[in-house]
Amino acid sequence: MMEARKYVWEGAIPLQIHLHESEVTTLPPPLPALILAPRIGYLPLLVPHIKPHFSSTLPPGIDTVWFDYKGLPLKWYIPTGILFDLLCAEPERPWNLTVHFRGYPGNILIPCEGEDSVKWSFINSLKEAAYIINGNCKSVMNMSQPDQVELWRSVINAGNLEAYIRVSSKLKLGTVGDEYAADLYSSSLNSRQSIGDTDSTGQVKTGKCFTLLDAVKSLLPEYFPYKSLNNEESSREEDKDEEKVPSENLSEHVESCYSSDDAEVKLVRIQGIEPKLEIPFSWVVNNLVNPEHFLHLCVCLKLPQVKIPSDT
Amino acid sequence: MDILSWDGTLSSGGRILIIGEHNSQEEHDEISCPQKEETSCSEKEELIDIATLVQSNCSKVPYYDLHIIYSASYRVPVLFFRAYYSDGEPLGFNAIEKDLPAHSAKALLDSKWTFITQEEHPYLNRPWFKLHPCGTSEWMKLLFHVDVSVAKNGVTIELYLLSWLSVVGQVVGLRIPLEMLNQP
Repeated sequence: MMEARKYVWEGAIPLQIHLHESEVTTLPPPLPALILAPRIGYLPLLVPHIKPHFSSTLPPGIDTVWFDYKGLPLKWYIPTGILFDLLCAEPERPWNLTVHFRGYPGNILIPCEGEDSVKWSFINSLKEAAYIINGNCKSVMNMSQPDQVELWRSVINAGNLEAYIRVSSKLKLGTVGDEYAADLYSSSLNSRQSIGDTDSTGQVKTGKCFTLLDAVKSLLPEYFPYKSLNNEESSREEDKDEEKVPSENLSEHVESCYSSDDAEVKLVRIQGIEPKLEIPFSWVVNNLVNPEHFLHLCVCLKLPQVKIPSDT
Repeated sequence: MDILSWDGTLSSGGRILIIGEHNSQEEHDEISCPQKEETSCSEKEELIDIATLVQSNCSKVPYYDLHIIYSASYRVPVLFFRAYYSDGEPLGFNAIEKDLPAHSAKALLDSKWTFITQEEHPYLNRPWFKLHPCGTSEWMKLLFHVDVSVAKNGVTIELYLLSWLSVVGQVVGLRIPLEMLNQP
């Protein structure tokens, strides 16, 4: 199990970063910078590696760094791998991005002051995950300073998984066991409770395992208009003896917001992988979760063809 | 619902009654609230209440937009706000801090339970300021525990938002008129 997680943790995206033409003051213009960006990392963290490449050509002024892809300003607080999976339906290798050092679009992007802003955003997401799982943020807020530093370092140092696990296990955010009945926390589509795998008293029910497909269906029911006959209809667990174990957090990024009349899910991409939808959701969660303890599902939709009325 | 075991959050499935009353000029603050409106919380819940606070006694008048949005993760309402001058120029955080009523706001900002972050508005997709929600359930619990009669009779959802707003509103200088709390 560690094997898969390590593999994912060390995943990276090759980037080809071009300086925006308005900021090129020398001839010939600088070549684009080539850099391997960790999937679980964030674009602003790459700036110290990119800047030297362009510093001699930049116009005078203070740096306010931001990136765009085909003109779309990129949200810096979203992990690089997710931006790539979302924006490149057909993966582009290397991924061509444009970097700007001036003219930050403050009306569109929230400000970013380098590594500190990214770290703050990361910790905030981790707090949110802790809140959803435990009902409070205490475990994250009470982290010792050295632990915090080590946790953050393990994330940004191109994936030091052992260190991460060492620190994050203190946060008691748990792993997910297999769910044999669709036990959905009906008040929120974005969280789910599951039975712990530490439980040995035969809480395993007979029936089908909760799969990735089940999870996607519960999050995006509008794209699955025909209710299936199987385990989705299972009753909610009300058994008080059950150990309420941490629920995992899902963040789904849907590529488009068209009406769902005929739209269907074309593919689901997680950490750049398109897993078979029949696999147990618990495996997906335990292996593909991001360091801030959110599972990001990138869903591509196939949209119906629009009929354009012809003039008569 | 037993008040003592309440965790201070607002779960979806409850009904929220927003009782509005057009408030006349009291202390130069005007709050326009929606009229009597029933909103039921469903799964994909969000509750948006737009109020504009205008302070009329400054030379360069800042306008504030306040939105109340339900957070499914924290299961509490969250205050989003932004400020701008009449010419559209946005106020940065430092300017806002200077603008807020000095006494209570500063205390709230210094407390561990309320702090301001800048985040993307979930629906408008623009940078707004937000009062971080992670402490909300804690102080909402305290708020309701103090009142013995409430503890006996249970909390009514109608009061939740008003009580919540009476606390967070102070951060942005919003005062809730007492009449609103006396509505049957």
